[in-house]
Amino acid sequence: MIVIVDYGMGNLGSVLKSIKKINSDVIISRSGEDILKAKKLVLPGVGNFSKGMENLNELNYIDILNDRVLKDKIPILGICLGMQLFASCSEEGGSLGLSWLDATVVRFHITDKMKWKVPHIGWNSIQIIKKNDSLLNGINNNDLFYFVHSYHMKCNDKLDILTSTNYDNTFVSSVSKGNICGTQFHPEKSHDNGFNIIKNFISI
Amino acid sequence: MFRPRIIPVLLLKDLGLVKTKKFRNSRYIGDPINAVKIFNDLKADELIFLDIKANKENRKISLDFVRKVGSEANMPFAVGGGIKSVKDIKEIISAGAEKVVLNTFAFLKPNLIRDASQEFGSSTISVTMDIKNNFLYGKRVYIYSGKKPTNQKPIEYAQKLEELGAGEIIINSIDRDGMMSGYDIDLIKLISQNVSIPVVSSGGAGKLSHFYDAVNSGYASGVAAGSLFVYHGARNAVLINYPSREEVEELWKK
Repeated sequence: MIVIVDYGMGNLGSVLKSIKKINSDVIISRSGEDILKAKKLVLPGVGNFSKGMENLNELNYIDILNDRVLKDKIPILGICLGMQLFASCSEEGGSLGLSWLDATVVRFHITDKMKWKVPHIGWNSIQIIKKNDSLLNGINNNDLFYFVHSYHMKCNDKLDILTSTNYDNTFVSSVSKGNICGTQFHPEKSHDNGFNIIKNFISI
Repeated sequence: MFRPRIIPVLLLKDLGLVKTKKFRNSRYIGDPINAVKIFNDLKADELIFLDIKANKENRKISLDFVRKVGSEANMPFAVGGGIKSVKDIKEIISAGAEKVVLNTFAFLKPNLIRDASQEFGSSTISVTMDIKNNFLYGKRVYIYSGKKPTNQKPIEYAQKLEELGAGEIIINSIDRDGMMSGYDIDLIKLISQNVSIPVVSSGGAGKLSHFYDAVNSGYASGVAAGSLFVYHGARNAVLINYPSREEVEELWKK
């Protein structure tokens, strides 16, 4: 069973819909028990980093997630804010993250404010940094994905970087480390390329 | 490379799709859900739905409708029409929309923008500025579907929206709505120069080169259009259309 973790951060319906096209054994979590039974996890999310951590904390999901991801090593896909929460901290609200990756989350530092607006909203291309990762099967350099964010991840361990994208700054647009992977873009909203990523995650 | 979004704006009236000219004379186009299916096939970047009668009827856009769009759309979509509280926004997001579009109540209750962007993240909150040239006062922001003028000048209002936490501003020229003669590039540029959040041009697009002008001369981050995507040919026959991938690539390459 694939479990989409609901922690009150944004619309999960589109993630559910895109996974269901391939695998019907997927639910949106209503409790920690669902997460305990999961074979795979998806952590989506849009919004404020600190509020995201606060919500995970209030739901008592942090220990369960640590157990499942770090001990049981089940595959997890973070999307947008979900991926950012894998970092150790963020400039947004200043709270600590899940610290699964040696990374921090920072705001876009834009030099030409006329040309580059924040949030970064729209379609942008990726450059593949880590070759032969199964999450990127069928994905090529310059493929387009849909982004909506004002903050992005900075990886201290360059080996975690799966793809990069340019928006005035070059930033990390997806990561992978063992069973942990994440995309800053929204695969569930990125037509065929996004669908490929979801399919790859499901077949991991 | 970053690619500006090309966004069909679809107007709803009594749950049918319509298109207006200068915010009047709405003409029936077809079934909105059918349009979503076609825009899926055409791989549209994003969709915006606006219920143009919601405010007048003192209600918000139908949640049932938002759910139907959500279960069909393969792309992000935003909805607007009569949204006046954080609770409204919460219901719409849970029904499947990525973003909400505020207009009248962004003006009447500015704290709504602040509260909503704190609750849902600023990228969830788009605000449309309907702008019309008033022959006494120059360009002014209008509310209530373009019926009521306010005392706000476009630049001041745009800056205020950014400060309150709006994630994006859609600039809609009432005078150019449905005319297909091009955007008000000066206005779009003026606003882009004065805010650091994305600006989307709307009102007036009649051909693809108008998109190029809005991005390259007006510094728009996205371009929206209605007529261009629902009409075809000199006689304005109804035909849902969207530029092909090749056309889009060619357009931004110029």
